[in-house]
Amino acid sequence: MSKGTKHNHEPLIHITKRGNVSEGKAWGIRILSIVFSLLVCSVVIILLTHYNPIQVFKAMVTGNFGSLTKVRSLFQNLAMLLCISLAVTPAFKMKFWNLGAEGQVLVGGLASAACMFYIKDALPNAVLILIMLVTSVLAGIIWGVVPAVFKAKWNANETLFTLMMNYVAIQLVSFCIMYWVPSGSAVMGVINMKSQAGWLPNLFGQKYLINILIVALLTVVMYVYLKYSKQGYEITVVGESENTARYIGINVKKVIIRTMVLSGAMCGLAGFLLVSGTNHTITKETAGGMGFTAVMVSWLAKFNPAIMVLTSFLIVFLQKGAGEIATYCRLNESIADILTGIIIFFIIGSEFFINYKINFRSKHKEVK
Amino acid sequence: MLTTILTFISATIIQSIPLLYGSVGEIITEKSGNLNLGIPGIMYVGGISGIIGGYIYEHSTDNPNTFLLVIIPLLSSLIGSALLALIYSFLTITLRANQNVTGLALTTFGVGIGNFFGGSLLSLFGETGSISLIKTGLCYKASLPFASKLGLFGETFLSFGFLAYLAIIIALIASFVINKTRVGLNLRAVGENPATADAAGIDVIKYKYLATCIGGAIAGLGGLYFVMDYTGGAWTNNGFGDRGWLAVAIVIFAIWKPKSAILSSFLFGGLYIICVYIPGLSPAAKELIKMLPYLVTIIVLILISIRQKKENQPPQSLGLSYFREER
Repeated sequence: MSKGTKHNHEPLIHITKRGNVSEGKAWGIRILSIVFSLLVCSVVIILLTHYNPIQVFKAMVTGNFGSLTKVRSLFQNLAMLLCISLAVTPAFKMKFWNLGAEGQVLVGGLASAACMFYIKDALPNAVLILIMLVTSVLAGIIWGVVPAVFKAKWNANETLFTLMMNYVAIQLVSFCIMYWVPSGSAVMGVINMKSQAGWLPNLFGQKYLINILIVALLTVVMYVYLKYSKQGYEITVVGESENTARYIGINVKKVIIRTMVLSGAMCGLAGFLLVSGTNHTITKETAGGMGFTAVMVSWLAKFNPAIMVLTSFLIVFLQKGAGEIATYCRLNESIADILTGIIIFFIIGSEFFINYKINFRSKHKEVK
Repeated sequence: MLTTILTFISATIIQSIPLLYGSVGEIITEKSGNLNLGIPGIMYVGGISGIIGGYIYEHSTDNPNTFLLVIIPLLSSLIGSALLALIYSFLTITLRANQNVTGLALTTFGVGIGNFFGGSLLSLFGETGSISLIKTGLCYKASLPFASKLGLFGETFLSFGFLAYLAIIIALIASFVINKTRVGLNLRAVGENPATADAAGIDVIKYKYLATCIGGAIAGLGGLYFVMDYTGGAWTNNGFGDRGWLAVAIVIFAIWKPKSAILSSFLFGGLYIICVYIPGLSPAAKELIKMLPYLVTIIVLILISIRQKKENQPPQSLGLSYFREER
């Protein structure tokens, strides 16, 4: 370079990819981002409600742990969100964007509700519950595997495909409710109120305990499956690079379809737990947007089932707490969604600072 | 019979306008390679920002000026939805976050903002009741003065507020810009292969930011049309429903072409309400008919992936973040 040009052409900010970041440092950044997001959330809450942060925090804790009913409902919601998050995780790890969990859960729930509605107490309860479980899982599988087959065979865009399947499922549920309840009230009501046929029993007199235990077991199984099994390894390889997977002899199409069968089956199971173990009825809102929230929960946990327990707790705690604040201040409960959004924005934004390093132009650099 | 058909056509047009805004906005966004699943949230925000702007103006003066009644909600709606699109752009383009997760979070956030302010705006201002901006709504509903004199034709095709015609004009302009101009060519290049576009000297970051924010602002107008013209200045929580996702579906159905989005929106808008006009349908059958738009979208998605025609594919880098040094 000629001596005349003394301008420094290096840009002010220059971004490079970090090599390996230590786990501790990565989690440090993530926790820092959560702290920042909570600060922003408190500013938002204070601006809207004029309460001081300690009052608000107290209300959030009472909203979650105030009474036995609230604690029970906290753990029930946590279990359901965690179950759906676990269900979408293997697919995401494979970079298959299953945004159809909402629909897969709904058809699973619909299958359970249909069994309860038609069989009633004609069969022993244990047999009926078993039939419901199987049909729900099958329904979930069908809803999950259809996009997977088209993805594997013709590379159809799975994000959009699974997204559309949600609304087909929602309309299917509306159709069935209208068909089963001809009066036009469009509400299914609790099914088998008297006989309680097809209801999951209360374990040790505790409502929802079965749901929570099943999901706890699933968390452990999913952790082991993803981390230590051969199939889990195949999922990781396909997710990292399909070409590598092909090169080392993995049948990519088979892995995609198999993983979506698993994902759909677990969503179907979640639908079964929601209908048989929780609501004993079906509505369009049975999945209640959890299929979408699960996408974020799973992603925030970096597809690690153990951490997913924490991330789903964070979201459920926040939503219940914000609901309490809303009633407390006579505001709309949708404030929970705003807060969830803010926290997720911060956490996804923080990933950048884990993966990349920002180098500022150093002032003392000599230009030769 | 003829009047039924004509009312059906006019109802179809009313239903299709929000969908058209949403889908044209999303097409522009997706052409830059950004799959913005936050569109449903952005449309809610577009609606509520317009309401907030209109509410503050209508309550600040006794003799509102017609021009300001239109322009204030319009501008606040555009700014609100563009800001939301800016959050998405910053996270996915500058911070390279995952587009699907960011988009879904944006939808949660946007729908939350819409319902929160829709439900609490009055109590924040110390009032009770429900929001209804009658004066603003009337300005948005105002149609051409001679429309009612043209008989059935006028009532069917010319009786809408100005936002309805604006939607079609925007779609045609978008189609022209994307297909016939240098800017459009560059935009398509960015969406197909950002690395190549970058090498050719196109400012990829700028194109992605602008396309996403402009697309978001256009989609937000769909929300504004819904709250001002369709409901006449009133807000009901979740009243906009799943129209945002329907707009995302139209993008696929129209195979990423703004001009086809016009007809596709009419088709989907018609399917959305046709069940009201078919006599003797049971309520259950009506729900099945509402499933049709999503089913045909899935079929189109399958067909384009099986036929693999080059001009009918989604932008190649759709859903992927771009980092220059990672090529």
